[in-house]
Amino acid sequence: MSGRMTALLARARLRARRSTTESRGLQIVLITIALLFLAFFLLLPLVAVFSEALKAGIGPFLDAVTTDDAISAIELTLLIAGISVPLNLVFGLAASWAITKYQFPGKSLLISLIDLPFSVSPVVSGLIFVLLFGANGVFGHWLAEHDLKIIFAVPGIVLATVFITFPFVARELIPLMMEQGKDEEEAALSLGANGWQTFWHVTLPNIRWGLLYGVLLCNARAMGEFGAVSVVSGHIRGETNTMPLHVEILYNEYDFVGAFAVASLLACLALVTLVAKTVLEWRFNIHGSGKH
Amino acid sequence: MTATTIARPRRHGWRQPSVLPGFGLTFGFTLTWLTLIVLIPLATIFLKTAGMGWHEFVAVGLSDRALAAYRLSFGTAAAAGLVNAVFGLLVAWVLVRYRFPGDRVIGALVDLPFALPTAVAGIALTALYAPNGWVGQYLEPMGIKVAFTPIGITIALVFIGLPFVVRSVEPVLADMGKDVEEAAAILGASRFQTFRRVILPAIAPALITGFALAFARGVGEYGSVIFISGNMPGRTEIAPLLIVTQLEQYAYNGATAIATVMMLASFAILLALNLIQAVGRRRYGA
Repeated sequence: MSGRMTALLARARLRARRSTTESRGLQIVLITIALLFLAFFLLLPLVAVFSEALKAGIGPFLDAVTTDDAISAIELTLLIAGISVPLNLVFGLAASWAITKYQFPGKSLLISLIDLPFSVSPVVSGLIFVLLFGANGVFGHWLAEHDLKIIFAVPGIVLATVFITFPFVARELIPLMMEQGKDEEEAALSLGANGWQTFWHVTLPNIRWGLLYGVLLCNARAMGEFGAVSVVSGHIRGETNTMPLHVEILYNEYDFVGAFAVASLLACLALVTLVAKTVLEWRFNIHGSGKH
Repeated sequence: MTATTIARPRRHGWRQPSVLPGFGLTFGFTLTWLTLIVLIPLATIFLKTAGMGWHEFVAVGLSDRALAAYRLSFGTAAAAGLVNAVFGLLVAWVLVRYRFPGDRVIGALVDLPFALPTAVAGIALTALYAPNGWVGQYLEPMGIKVAFTPIGITIALVFIGLPFVVRSVEPVLADMGKDVEEAAAILGASRFQTFRRVILPAIAPALITGFALAFARGVGEYGSVIFISGNMPGRTEIAPLLIVTQLEQYAYNGATAIATVMMLASFAILLALNLIQAVGRRRYGA
């Protein structure tokens, strides 16, 4: 009796297993469609950047990325990222410490406000700083009187970049530190460490890979930002032209090899970011935003 | 009297007490920096709009040219969001459920649109889909124009939005136990019925989130679109570009009016999607 039951159950289970996966044929069809879609929409554009950049050979490519304008654009991009990434790194650490180590009302509102720049168009992100610091802006008159320039100058580009990349570090750290809790910090304090010692020797080692992950994404966006920076920069060659803006100028001048050459440097940055991000995810089990 | 006050634990006002130091410093810094960099600058948009008067606001913010731009921006973002909802789900499904050579590399490649600067994506897509481009030259004889049409804009937004859908759906699919599917199969459901009646309702909230994120990003997207769109006023001029055009003519009020309409419309749509999700969650208890 019970033997028959087990046999029946086993048969039902087998049937169930068979019908919780698709047939191999359907699997292959689905995989093929997905891969074709990704090849067309992701891989092909990437290949196009490098192939267009090297269309005329390595010589014109090297010429294009070593012109004075290109070099000053590269330097400016590094400078902008060099200023805005550390600023957001410090902010991200402070914000996630305050949010994850204490209980206070209004916390979820604070998190939503930190995320706000993600839902604002890059162009609007530039516009708000023009409205504040532009010639006709709120502080425009005062700035002109004191001979200070923010819009169409480096400070404006930094401000727009800081705004655009504002949530990146905090967003990676908050879920991570929330999960880790505060037991270890409390233990360190009860053993006589002071606040800074606790942060340096307990918290920071715990969050370093997540922190690196956030900084990586923040940096990629800071170097690649186009819309916001384009609104505040004024496109002055050799002065306020970042790499993405330089790509646009060359492209609009029909210097396609030049545009794609500079673009390929940015594409390399993207690939390095992706590889580093993937390595961090695999080795340290850190998940990207949206993953849990 | 004094004994009771001493015995009570020290209260830090509205915050629950904690032995960890640094709340004042980190919270104060966070709030100050947030206010200076995000809140005050964003508030200027609304202050400026409030100060400009209804007539001026309508004259630019709701002009024919602006309305055409909103229709284009919201329409192409919605179309791209739908394409991504279908193919993003397929990609997430394939990545989570099947093993095939190179699956991990492909999983990593999905994030490319997050990492690739938008201007680079823009010129690359234009090179592909221009009438003499890699793909465009084969579409042109068939009478299909992609670059400099709304189709081109949609393709750019599909590129930009794909990772949002894949990364939203992936974890939910991965966490979903096989037991419900097994139960459905034992009760006699076909594989397709199981997918439609069991799996799809469970991943629907994540799918809507992915769509909403991709849509919101698409509405505001600038760098990847302006190269492929052709920028013809009234036909292929997206709303963010119209803001830039207004700024270049020093029409700050016009730029602000359009930005306000865009932001209000996006917030309204995102709120509506959130409500749909909330209703869906209640119905399926997911």
